[in-house]
Amino acid sequence: MVKTSNSTVNGRPVVKTDLAGQTLVTLRTLTEENPAALATYEKLGGYAQLKRLVTEKIKAPDIISQVKLSNLRGRGGAGFPTGLKWSFMPRYYDGTKYLVCNTDEGEPGTFKDRDIIRYNPHQLIEGMAIAAYTLGARVGYNYIHGEIWQDYEIFEAALAEAREAGYLGENLFGTEFSFDLYAVHGYGAYICGEETALIESIEGKKGQPRFKPPFPASYGVFGKPTNVNNTESYASIPWIMQHGGQAFADLGVPNSGGSKLFSVSGHVEKPGNYEIKMGTPFKELLEMAGGVWKGRKLKAVIPGGPSTAVMPASAIENATMDYDGLSKAGSSLGAGSMIVMDETTCMVKTLKRLSYFFYEESCGQCTPCREGTGWVYRIIERIVDGKGKMEDLDLLTDLSNNISGRTICALGDAAATPVLSFIKHFRPEFEYYIQHGKSMVDGK
Amino acid sequence: MLNIEIDGKPLEVEHGSTIIDAADAAGIAIPRFCYHKKLSVAANCRMCLVQVEKFNKPLPACATPVADGMKIYTRSKSAVEAQQSVMEFLLINHPLDCPICDQGGECDLQDIAVAYGASGSRYTEEKRVVFNKNIGPLVSTDMTRCIQCTRCVRFLKEVGGMQELGLVNRGEHAEITAYVDQSVNSELSGNIIDLCPVGALTSKPFRYSARSWELVRRPSIAPHDGLGSHIEVHVKDNKVMRVLPREKESINECWLSDRDRFSYEGLNSPDRLKVPMIKHNGQWQETDWKTALEFAAGQLKDITKESGGDALGVLVSPNSTMEEGYLIKQLAEGLGCGNVDYRLRQTDFRLDGKRTGTPWMGCNIQEIEELDRILLIGSNIRNEHPLLAQRIRKAVSNGAELCIVSPLDNDPLMDIAHKVIVRPNDMVNVLGQILKAMSGLQKLSLCLPPTLNKLLEEIKVRPNTQKIAECLAGISEDLILIAPKVGIFLGNMALSDPRFTEMYSMAEAIGGITGAKGGILPPAANSTGMHLMGVMPSATGMHARAMLEVPRKAYLLLNIEPELDCQHAALASAAMAKAECVIALTAYKSPALENADILLPITPFTETSGTFMSMEGRVQSFQAVTRPLGEARPGWKVLRVLANTLGLSGFDFNSSEEVKNAIFNGEKPSAVVWRSLNNNLKELVEIQVNIKKEGLQRIGEVPQYEFDPIVRRSAPLQKTKYNIRPMARMRAEQLAELGLQDGDIVVARQDKGSAVLKVRLDNHVAKGCVRVAAAHPLTAGLGDLMGDITIEKATAEQVAIYEKQLTEMA
Repeated sequence: MVKTSNSTVNGRPVVKTDLAGQTLVTLRTLTEENPAALATYEKLGGYAQLKRLVTEKIKAPDIISQVKLSNLRGRGGAGFPTGLKWSFMPRYYDGTKYLVCNTDEGEPGTFKDRDIIRYNPHQLIEGMAIAAYTLGARVGYNYIHGEIWQDYEIFEAALAEAREAGYLGENLFGTEFSFDLYAVHGYGAYICGEETALIESIEGKKGQPRFKPPFPASYGVFGKPTNVNNTESYASIPWIMQHGGQAFADLGVPNSGGSKLFSVSGHVEKPGNYEIKMGTPFKELLEMAGGVWKGRKLKAVIPGGPSTAVMPASAIENATMDYDGLSKAGSSLGAGSMIVMDETTCMVKTLKRLSYFFYEESCGQCTPCREGTGWVYRIIERIVDGKGKMEDLDLLTDLSNNISGRTICALGDAAATPVLSFIKHFRPEFEYYIQHGKSMVDGK
Repeated sequence: MLNIEIDGKPLEVEHGSTIIDAADAAGIAIPRFCYHKKLSVAANCRMCLVQVEKFNKPLPACATPVADGMKIYTRSKSAVEAQQSVMEFLLINHPLDCPICDQGGECDLQDIAVAYGASGSRYTEEKRVVFNKNIGPLVSTDMTRCIQCTRCVRFLKEVGGMQELGLVNRGEHAEITAYVDQSVNSELSGNIIDLCPVGALTSKPFRYSARSWELVRRPSIAPHDGLGSHIEVHVKDNKVMRVLPREKESINECWLSDRDRFSYEGLNSPDRLKVPMIKHNGQWQETDWKTALEFAAGQLKDITKESGGDALGVLVSPNSTMEEGYLIKQLAEGLGCGNVDYRLRQTDFRLDGKRTGTPWMGCNIQEIEELDRILLIGSNIRNEHPLLAQRIRKAVSNGAELCIVSPLDNDPLMDIAHKVIVRPNDMVNVLGQILKAMSGLQKLSLCLPPTLNKLLEEIKVRPNTQKIAECLAGISEDLILIAPKVGIFLGNMALSDPRFTEMYSMAEAIGGITGAKGGILPPAANSTGMHLMGVMPSATGMHARAMLEVPRKAYLLLNIEPELDCQHAALASAAMAKAECVIALTAYKSPALENADILLPITPFTETSGTFMSMEGRVQSFQAVTRPLGEARPGWKVLRVLANTLGLSGFDFNSSEEVKNAIFNGEKPSAVVWRSLNNNLKELVEIQVNIKKEGLQRIGEVPQYEFDPIVRRSAPLQKTKYNIRPMARMRAEQLAELGLQDGDIVVARQDKGSAVLKVRLDNHVAKGCVRVAAAHPLTAGLGDLMGDITIEKATAEQVAIYEKQLTEMA
């Protein structure tokens, strides 16, 4: 159950969730009063790893090999192995290298990174500092989503604490290692969660993805080598350094190391973030979240955020929550933003809402996405208005296929996935809507 | 080299090229909208998607570098499907207004839609509407047609030097727009019309005046600056409808300055002189050619017989063709007149007779891109040679360092490494400092003439000039270039300066030490050609300035408006007023020719054949693109018949080609040019570095759209932001010193002349200077472009005169 404690973050009361059954890595301070405070984090061994690595002059390849061993995969949604990504950064570079943290989660149903900077900002800072040390980055930015102001302030306060305590700045621990970290507050554009659009935004430009290659590792912020990782990925690093890569890998299953934050929302009794071991069965997670609300029947689940394919109850019920498990079951882990839908959900109207999101958030750069997302949304809107035609369903499928894979960034694919998967799994519902001009589910 | 295969065709391509480069080189067509060879790759239109073996999705050909062994299919099922789907998306919101769209017939979208589009649309929803923007008098917008390819945005940012357009808003709401309430002010703005693959950006002056397929396209050469840009003149019913660039990589690439593109509107001006005119009892009367020529010949004969050839002054516009220049020079010689000159905006002629050859820019236009260090002396380069500025911008973005010594701090829209903004008088001293610092850096005893060495001893090198010297020597903060490629160029303000000789000598000495290329940037289309042919005073003749200072009895004018085209406007108009007879060969009636006695209508460049020689020594001939207007005749023909009427021998030319052959003596022009171009001086010229420190100096720049009689009459160019009424522009300290404020009305005085002007705060002007534009009726009473000037507050009476003038002009 959700309970309120007396602990505060920067003077504001915090809401603490029931931690039973969770394996806390990135939110490990949640067991304590005042979770976001530097003292709390230090009490749990915080910043000790940074200090050890830096003062003992541990070599970068040794750190990277631990990260590789941990099987940590990018927590932003793409699941790219973090250790491998780190090895792409040029080791010898005559100039400034940068580190960027992507806290710009903006997809409906994503709210995990927010909790990290809200409840455990120092672990992120330490993780970034370790990455900076490893990759030779002098300057870092944490790009925070525009719609979470309070959490941005908490992170700024944590940065100030860390600077004060000598964990950020020049010549840390008396060594030659220097690292400055800044928070950048975005303006709420979903597209800025795409790493190259995020980089453009940091540079003060309009957030629009860049064509890749070149990748940020060779041409990133201000055209300099840049490593971009998700908040949760960086926040996992101190734990990996403390317990070793193998221990992290062992938390999960093969190919999916560690524990992972799942943001459970929708028709459950206890929506919220759950940090559980990779490979945990879906049923267990649903149970932790209190099961489908009001005792209703499960209809469908979007397991990783709207850019991952929707799964009918039958497909997900026996799946495990890890990269391979969900892939085998016909979807993907994404950012772990699980949206649960009960039997009263109209899939046509749900798709309309999701399509509207991508239509509004397309950056407008590439033709297929700019033109296609609007077209797709209008067709679905027309169906919901009772003016649908049966051939619209094939048109929607065709258009989605024409958007997918033909744009600079993955937003085009993300916009196409819900359309394709909703129609694939719930076609009769769409057909009924077109024939009757109203929903099969709620009759409206 | 890499071996690849496109559509089964094995190709060898260079490392680093993209698929689209390789395909273009091999003549394999890949459709595209956003890609342009001169702009950065945006990869946003997605039209060029092709299938590449081993990739599971189509890749944009414009952004995908080739790899060895790559197999590319541009017409495979997957490629064509992708291309067709993109085409479908592009068309859903594009209006079907081709019948009233100016782009119709030359529209990339139309053409590619024929090849890749479907005959019907599956789109049945509502179409998007985007409001049009007013971005100035040159470019018309129909933003609903825009396909967001961002070519215009990238052009203005990358080539124009300033991002004046941008893509705002997201997704379907994305639209191209200028800054709020701002127009696009680039002097290269017309190029976005060519770049726009649809009809979103079209030419405002040309709007709705013709369909592209009605136009006859004829090649020509641009006549408004020294570049010799290649143009294509589009003609309908014997009228020039528009001008477009003709691609010439080594000169104008695929661009054109707005001046060259929109000046044609001046060709059809109501001012055009269509019949010969003679002033009779103070009244202008139309007449026929025979009468006019006989009258002119009679006058010339009488005056030269009576007072000698020396009584005649011949002033030639450097925008005239080589043929015209040659014939007028021959004609003057025939009359025993040595007073011939084309250097109308020059005041310092001390180098006459001391040059080894024809001064030129000292390198090829294209070479500028490869320079490492550039020193610009007295040049507002964007105003003078917009496309040369673009080349320098390219060099700078390639890493070259630009240094400027000038009385004006105008933004060249590129990074400046070092600049010294001083009074024209002090520029010589600054150049001396650079020279001195340079000799210190090189640790050489300079082989300079003793007088110059002695002068240098007295000069104190200041830190900013030391930096310029270090920069030119290749020393900079993060890297030392051994023997950098240096270019040193003198611009219009230096050319018009009374101390040009000093500036030139210093520049030559600095160039000698650095091994620099460079020279002068001749201002007009044919300045270099006129010099080559010696359209200059004979050994005993008078130069352009002297002819006005010591008025002649008669003047023969070729293609000029004296008070607007001469260095000293007041002297010019006084001399014309005083003369017994002024014969003007001109394309226009003009208030500046009110004191003439005979007006002979000659044709502008579009109605005559002829030759220009560019600043890089390129001799380029062109044909007439339309028939002459009214009774106007090509200048070379008029001069030939005038000479015949005068009974002079050696004027039996039947075509401009024959004249050209005579100019080059039957030799290949390039051989003659190669022999003649030389910036070196034969001997040391006495120079002086100590000059007057007190008093205000005028910077009399010629605004780019006042440069010659044609552009002055181009209405759209006159409506741009560059066409600002001349004002007395001074920096804040200067205003404070004079007790003036922005907006005050003042009287500016030079010699005996004056002009009533409004004061404008302009911190781009050096201290001790007043910037007062020339080539304008308001300042026609003033003197030297770069001379002493005084400023005083206007009396109430003068303010009233000023306001009256304004209403008259409006």
